[in-house]
Amino acid sequence: MPTFNWIFTAIFIAVLVGAVLNTVAYLILAERKIAAWVQDRLGPNRVGPWGLLQPIVDGGKMFLKEDVIPAHVDRVFFLLAPMVAFGTAMLAIAVVPVGHTVPPPPPMLSMKAPGDTAPDTALQRFEAVQKTYAEQFSFVVAPGLDIGVLYVFAVGSLAVYGVILAGWSANNKYALLGSLRSSAQIISYEIPLGMSILGVVLLAGSLNPERIIANQIDGEMWNVFYMPLAFLLFLTSVFAECNRLPFDLPEAEQELVGGYHTEYSSLKLGMLLLAEYAHMITTSFLMSALFFGGWHLPGLTTNNDLALYGPWGTALIHAAVLAAKMFCFIALFMVVRWTIPRFRFDQLMALAWKVMIPLALLNLVCVLLILQFGLPMWSMTVASVVLFLAAGLWGVKTGGNVTAPKRKVRKLPPGLPVGAV
Amino acid sequence: MPLTETDVTWVQAPKLGLFGQLYLPAIADGLMTTVGHMFKKKVTELYPEQEPKLPPNYRGVHRLNRDSEGRTKCVACYMCATACPAHCIDIVAAPAPEGWKDREKYPETFVIDELRCIYCGMCEEACPVDAIELTTLYDLTGLSREQMIFDKEKLLSVFDMTTKAGTDPVRTRSGALGPASEPPPAQ
Repeated sequence: MPTFNWIFTAIFIAVLVGAVLNTVAYLILAERKIAAWVQDRLGPNRVGPWGLLQPIVDGGKMFLKEDVIPAHVDRVFFLLAPMVAFGTAMLAIAVVPVGHTVPPPPPMLSMKAPGDTAPDTALQRFEAVQKTYAEQFSFVVAPGLDIGVLYVFAVGSLAVYGVILAGWSANNKYALLGSLRSSAQIISYEIPLGMSILGVVLLAGSLNPERIIANQIDGEMWNVFYMPLAFLLFLTSVFAECNRLPFDLPEAEQELVGGYHTEYSSLKLGMLLLAEYAHMITTSFLMSALFFGGWHLPGLTTNNDLALYGPWGTALIHAAVLAAKMFCFIALFMVVRWTIPRFRFDQLMALAWKVMIPLALLNLVCVLLILQFGLPMWSMTVASVVLFLAAGLWGVKTGGNVTAPKRKVRKLPPGLPVGAV
Repeated sequence: MPLTETDVTWVQAPKLGLFGQLYLPAIADGLMTTVGHMFKKKVTELYPEQEPKLPPNYRGVHRLNRDSEGRTKCVACYMCATACPAHCIDIVAAPAPEGWKDREKYPETFVIDELRCIYCGMCEEACPVDAIELTTLYDLTGLSREQMIFDKEKLLSVFDMTTKAGTDPVRTRSGALGPASEPPPAQ
């Protein structure tokens, strides 16, 4: 429904927000279950069969707990921070495809000179194309937004305000440290995040996620096969953007109590946690759309699904395929949490600035060269693998290790007691 | 003497090879481990439904053992009360009733404060006639402090309960008194 119909949009927003909130509730259960399984435990299993009613109890707990606003906080920003975090997380979903999408028609310019009264065939064609486009439906809150990906990144980087305000207004050193780490981390990882996606955008010629999906379906090949390195960089940056392990320094429990949300309680804490999970859902949808063909699944969904399954069947199947991809990413998020230990802060920064940004730049250059000279796209796959291996070899050649770094270390003159200088 | 540079041995971590520097193979390796554990048999015991299997030497609630005639084996020697580091055993001894040929004394009262007890098992070790034993009963609860003070009857009932349930067979020579009650070897 690309034409703006406020009833449809309002219902769609309500359904989407409700679905996201409920998914978040169950993701928390999934997180606890997966954590338990990885540690050979059973996980929550007392409330309802297999603990399936646990999210309701958890949510009720959040509602019923006492809402403490400590005396030493900056009240305005303390109250504002969860709203900013939650609001930006919800806003970002607006352009993310959650089901069947139809790409907007490419722009067509009328060549008609001013004053010419003859019927404009180009305009007629344009209107005909627009009319067919308006008759189809897209499961995006704001369909046909040509700056889609840019919008997600813009709103996504606003999300850091929630974290910084929460940490700063709490007037607590641990909260502040957490939010400082978060700001440095998110600023660093925004760069590879944006740069890795540029190749995909260049390939599709559009920032619109629907157009990027359509491009992958027309080419019968998902972007991840052409640009595995870009996907890897994007995935890693997303881990950092979502504050997931191994990049969860802003809320490292062992060092910072609770990180930026140390002073929060009750529903405001719930909103901050909810924002984090909503961010995960958004980015997982985005990764599925940008790199894994959106609702495309070879053998199940194609371009003529509408004729095959009818409008409702298509909507259902496409939403199911996309949701399945999204949940695969979320499962990866959750398993990786128990696989890789947290980075040290300097390692975190080194990874972003010394590894990921150069790699993303080189990857972008490769895409540019291949598109410019019209080389076959599989050469991009080769280029990705070569870049990746070269980075590894470079690391072997130049890198030392933790206890014997290759940088210059000042050695004490022999005979002096340790710590004397 | 202060520590000098020569006293310090530097231990170096092995240098990362290509496998380590590429990160991904190592991460895949780690993911194999985590995902493998996800589908492994779980070790959780669902407690109230599933009782734990305790080793026979578990130190839970005490009991006073009975001999083959159903009398308490205790000879009121105070060894357990003396050995008890928590001073939770209180015994009042009395001359053994007529017809109890194998002992001179028996406990008129035998009270253990289960709240004060630290479940160290010293009483069990000290007992010369194996009259006091710690059972595998672990879920000991009470509504008041008074309820948790076990007298002789209560301790004997623990014996009856645990032997009937078969959870704690008498570990020592059943019936007969311990070695201390035997007559000294003929000289």
